Amino acid sequence: MGDPFAMAITHAHASGMGGMRGAGDLVARMQMSKGMRIEEAKAYVAKKLNVGIEDLTDPVIMNEVRTDLGIGVMTPLPGVAKGIEAKFNIAKALGIDINCVKRFMARTS
Amino acid sequence: MAQYFSRMGDGSPISVTKDEIMADLIEGSEDAADRARVPALSQGEYEHLLDIFCAPQKFMSVEAGKEVILTYDAGTLKIRRVGVNVDRIQALQIYEKLLGADTMELSHVDYSYKPVKPIAIFEQPILEQALLGTHVPLFYGAQPNLGLYSQPDGPFPNPAELMPMGKIKEAQESYEASVEDLVKDIVYVASLMYESGADGINLDTTGAAGDADFLASLIATEKLKEKYPDMCIELGMAGEFVLGMHSQLKYKGHRLAGMYPHDQLKMAELAGATIFGPVANTNTSKSSAWNLARTITFMKPVGEQANIPVHVNMGMGVGGVTVNDHPPIDIVSRSSKAMVELCRLDGL
Repeated sequence: MGDPFAMAITHAHASGMGGMRGAGDLVARMQMSKGMRIEEAKAYVAKKLNVGIEDLTDPVIMNEVRTDLGIGVMTPLPGVAKGIEAKFNIAKALGIDINCVKRFMARTS
Repeated sequence: MAQYFSRMGDGSPISVTKDEIMADLIEGSEDAADRARVPALSQGEYEHLLDIFCAPQKFMSVEAGKEVILTYDAGTLKIRRVGVNVDRIQALQIYEKLLGADTMELSHVDYSYKPVKPIAIFEQPILEQALLGTHVPLFYGAQPNLGLYSQPDGPFPNPAELMPMGKIKEAQESYEASVEDLVKDIVYVASLMYESGADGINLDTTGAAGDADFLASLIATEKLKEKYPDMCIELGMAGEFVLGMHSQLKYKGHRLAGMYPHDQLKMAELAGATIFGPVANTNTSKSSAWNLARTITFMKPVGEQANIPVHVNMGMGVGGVTVNDHPPIDIVSRSSKAMVELCRLDGL
């Protein structure tokens, strides 16, 4: 319960990593796929992306990094990887399996 | 003495002095410490909370670098709930692109595993389409909701009717039978969603119907991890205290009734959960300071003892957040900041 302005938006600003504006989705994937706690997950992602840990919540830096790696950006310009395409690249960039990517390959190959 | 703006647990505004805030912080923390047999907050932690409550800003945030991951329960339903008429995939896109979500969860409006079971094959294509177009990790989630398995909603005799008649053994047998069916339903639905590509499964509001509800969720988690070792399972609780509705149920030798968050965590870890979501409920007749200090006292040992990521529940009515459909951001942001800064958390 609770409206999205009060809950989702407030927590995102107060203590969240910003999702795709930063690297929140990528850090989340390390918690979910490897059970990493937050410090380890942030360090792992920062190392894989070759950025500082403090850069993981910076939308300016992360937009450039995400564009370069094709791992999904907030403003999807023509030709950039989107959706499942970006998730193929996320799996490669982070060195993890992503369930839907594996199933996509199984269904198309 | 100077007066400070604050709120009660139901969100109503109050004007309080610094001494009154401090008194409530201490009382709330000591209440949690006494109940859960965990340490109360330190003087330094009380003072940090006092600073947060006395700050004049209407919005507060954690220090840069201390940000954590956000997971959600029933997120896809919350856009429709406020009368914005978008479908669920659009709701996921709104969270991902407009609300800064690190993860998202697809869910059905009848947010329990039992009602999802007969329509699961209609949920799968929606999940599969959502996965094609979104980027953030996507959970499928629902509540275990053991209450749906007793009459008149389910097949088994209603324990709440049996117990007043003194039929304790019959009530316990009904709970035990319900556990078996609930486990089957959770495993069935979660398996289909995982086969469709979900990044994780959320068991939300676990333990709402007491120890039997919690037991079913633990057994289902264990079975799912045996079946799919790579599956991410987030086990979110319903309350700070596991109600002993059956009272004698055990998981791997541990009696579940009466467990507080730091012990619930150990059960979640034993079952193989990937992320644990502890809860402390908000008391509407106490101040926000009382509620937040109490919640943090419950959560601190969880973060310190955990071997898996911990995402404390900070939705409406839990985690120091007021009980109101439109929680004020002054209290939500203070609760968010304080929880993350004082507990070793991985997410909310």
